[in-house]
Amino acid sequence: MKDISLRAGGAAGDGIASVGEVFCRLFSRNGFYVFGHNGYQSVIRGGHVWFQARAGHDRVWSQGDGCDILYALDRATVEVHARALREGGVIVYDPEKFQVPSELVPAGTKAFPVPTLEFARKFSPQAILQNAAGMGACAALAGVPLATLDQVLTDQFRKKKDILEQNLGASKLGYEHAQREMGAIGRALPMKGGASKLLLSGNQAIALGAASAGLKFLAQYPMTPATSIMHWLADHAVDFDILVKQAEDELAAINMAIGASYAGVRAMTATSGGGFSLMVEALGLAGMTETPLVVVEAQRSGPSTGLPTKTEQGDLNMMLGASQGEFPRVILAPGSASAAFRATRRSFELAEEFQTPVLLATDLFLSEDLHSVDREELPLDYDPPSLFQVPEPTDGSNGYKRYLLTPSGVSPRAIPGQKGLNFVAGSDEHDESGHLISDVNAGIPMFIELRKKMMEKRMRKLQGIVQATAPPKLEGPAKAEVTLVGWGSTALAVRDAMRLLEERGIAVNYLNVEQPYPLHTEPIARMLKEAKRPVLVEQNFSGQLGRLIRAETGIDLPVKLLKYDGEPLYPWEIVGKVLEVSGRVAS
Amino acid sequence: MSLASAPPKTAGPALKVVYKSQTKPTWCPGCGDYGVVASVERAVASLQIPPHEVMVVSGIGCSSNLPHFLSSYGFHGLHGRAMPVAEGARLANHGMHVIVTGGDGDGWGIGLGHALHAMRRNLDLTYVVMDNEIYGLTTGQASPTSTLGQKTKSTPLGVIEEPVNPIALALAAGATYVARGFSGDPKHLSDLIAGGLKHRGFALVDVFSPCVTYNHLNTFDFFRQRVYKLENAGHDTGDLVKAFARAQEFGPKIPTGLFYRVDRPTYEDLEPALKAGPLLHQRAGIRGKDKVLDEFI
Repeated sequence: MKDISLRAGGAAGDGIASVGEVFCRLFSRNGFYVFGHNGYQSVIRGGHVWFQARAGHDRVWSQGDGCDILYALDRATVEVHARALREGGVIVYDPEKFQVPSELVPAGTKAFPVPTLEFARKFSPQAILQNAAGMGACAALAGVPLATLDQVLTDQFRKKKDILEQNLGASKLGYEHAQREMGAIGRALPMKGGASKLLLSGNQAIALGAASAGLKFLAQYPMTPATSIMHWLADHAVDFDILVKQAEDELAAINMAIGASYAGVRAMTATSGGGFSLMVEALGLAGMTETPLVVVEAQRSGPSTGLPTKTEQGDLNMMLGASQGEFPRVILAPGSASAAFRATRRSFELAEEFQTPVLLATDLFLSEDLHSVDREELPLDYDPPSLFQVPEPTDGSNGYKRYLLTPSGVSPRAIPGQKGLNFVAGSDEHDESGHLISDVNAGIPMFIELRKKMMEKRMRKLQGIVQATAPPKLEGPAKAEVTLVGWGSTALAVRDAMRLLEERGIAVNYLNVEQPYPLHTEPIARMLKEAKRPVLVEQNFSGQLGRLIRAETGIDLPVKLLKYDGEPLYPWEIVGKVLEVSGRVAS
Repeated sequence: MSLASAPPKTAGPALKVVYKSQTKPTWCPGCGDYGVVASVERAVASLQIPPHEVMVVSGIGCSSNLPHFLSSYGFHGLHGRAMPVAEGARLANHGMHVIVTGGDGDGWGIGLGHALHAMRRNLDLTYVVMDNEIYGLTTGQASPTSTLGQKTKSTPLGVIEEPVNPIALALAAGATYVARGFSGDPKHLSDLIAGGLKHRGFALVDVFSPCVTYNHLNTFDFFRQRVYKLENAGHDTGDLVKAFARAQEFGPKIPTGLFYRVDRPTYEDLEPALKAGPLLHQRAGIRGKDKVLDEFI
């Protein structure tokens, strides 16, 4: 497949993420599909950070493998990333800052000096302006018109006219220099035209999905990589009449969301594994009080503080077992930005319909990296339905039962404020009316039986959830040499790998488990039994989805590709595994 | 749906307000908490607030069972987490009166952080703490307010930690109505709770509510011999420094009554999302749908 990748590297504080975002927009504004990967560290200044923008006429799902233009702000960037350059690639650097020794320049690639600081000084004493010159040079090498860069910068600095003029001046000098001295590289793609693609992070897709689903209350405590959900919703709180509450900790965040939901509004909290650990007890509270709740769990490398800025799918076991006792829960794990948008909306529907917590599992890779989507993939035309049956107000004499035993396990839900329907939602085991049966009634024969009935009532919801949700799909050809099996963001690199394999004439398909719980056991078992060579692909050490599948279906997936180094999956890693298991290369 | 939509704090024609629940309290005979639940009932009834416009939120502990013994809406949550549930519920529908109830372990131990943050936010909540200076439901361990030297099951040689001072903490944290009652004087206590309900902002009513089973030091007699009323002592409830000074008194004389009250904008006043009324009644979803996606170009 034809693609082009621009990579920028430097120290934190050098503006690498901004450069990377501009690189992305150079292409998305021209109708390309783009993926932007931000490789950063848990520091504010210094260290080494890099950003890769990959673009293609066809959908690019991940950061891909290798790069074509490397914009290096320091020597460390060359040392770390030059090896990723593909044939015909170019290193853009400023000799005033550092030299690039020839032994660091891979065969078939070039080091291209651009006097970015000198260009910048013509407009401003601020060194950061060198990035404008650098971006200009990179745009020329990538074959992108200067007008696109001008337009992106104009939008970025709309409110800062002086800075915009400086940027436009410096970028033009960089652009003209590169065009004159080097010209577009061989892998430059012809400009496509057509509507701009939208560029957004997985977290923005989730925030947008939540707002469109009727979210009214978000309580959150900052934690990478979930934080930007709060940022986006806080920015738009006034537009959408959403109350965004930064809580004192995750214990408060989830309990606030439960309180708001109990009071009748759609509520959500979002966190990463560490914060979710603190939320665990309250997850069971939502299950026991049958309060709808959406919790976003954006995973990062663990255990403990782990690698705060690196990705992993290590929390599935925790999400499956979080909180004492047993109660129905749903875990959704979308495999793209637009799937995250849809899954968020679905989370609210399921939480409300089944009055139970829904976990929306993502990871740093999906949540923070930039994905391009078509407008049609984010349909906002949606009236949040009221999915719960509100009992009629009464004078209190009809004995409203908040936890009425029903065949579905779902009971009519009153909202505080309704006359005559007063009830207590209790974390203790309770009877149909909500009266606790944990103290003077516990162990009395009638209440032993009632406890059993209440437990069965709640757990019955799981059957309804399985029936109300779609089983996973097999992506790719129906007949395949190898069937990859994974969940969540794994789909991204897998889809790129499948295309690379297709180009080599190797048919591969993917069992994309976007709802790990409750699992659609029968269809999954059927697909796995029909698979010629199933391979489990997960971003954790032990193959947590594989364990779940074995527990639920009895089918073991002994062939695994497991990644737990904190870096995203690269398509070539999956390609390599497929070549190995299909006997094309020795293992 | 008929849902409370505006703070119904206005006086109307007298209602016969019944707060008695069919559920009988399960507290030990003689427990201080009986006086507290009776005072809460009396307070809401005196203000003519109908039961369906009240939410009582509690945590875990003997006293946290209180919502079951009233006929209002209730949420009986987790140990130490009553406050954030109440905050979320109040922010979702600030047309409701929200009362938070619990004990000293729940509020001044495991839930202390939440209490302090709720105070500084000045949410319009009324927090009634039944302080018995002991852990009762877990059968008699030291609590954060147990007296220095007090022997309990977890401190057989005596407590060696300075007790938490709830009144001083609340004053420091920015609570705008800070009071202390005694369950042995339910009339006074219900006046303090009613005052808290009428107050716009965070109201703390810390209550000496003796545990007759596990605390043989802080008994009804102990308090009866020591408590006095600030309103009879010429205390200026608008003076924060004097309130702090009174909060340090815990010896032969122990003050009850209102320590401090100040008018300050509530969180609800300042929160832009609540300008259009309770969140519950606002429309949900995205407006200006065409333009929303433009920022992603």
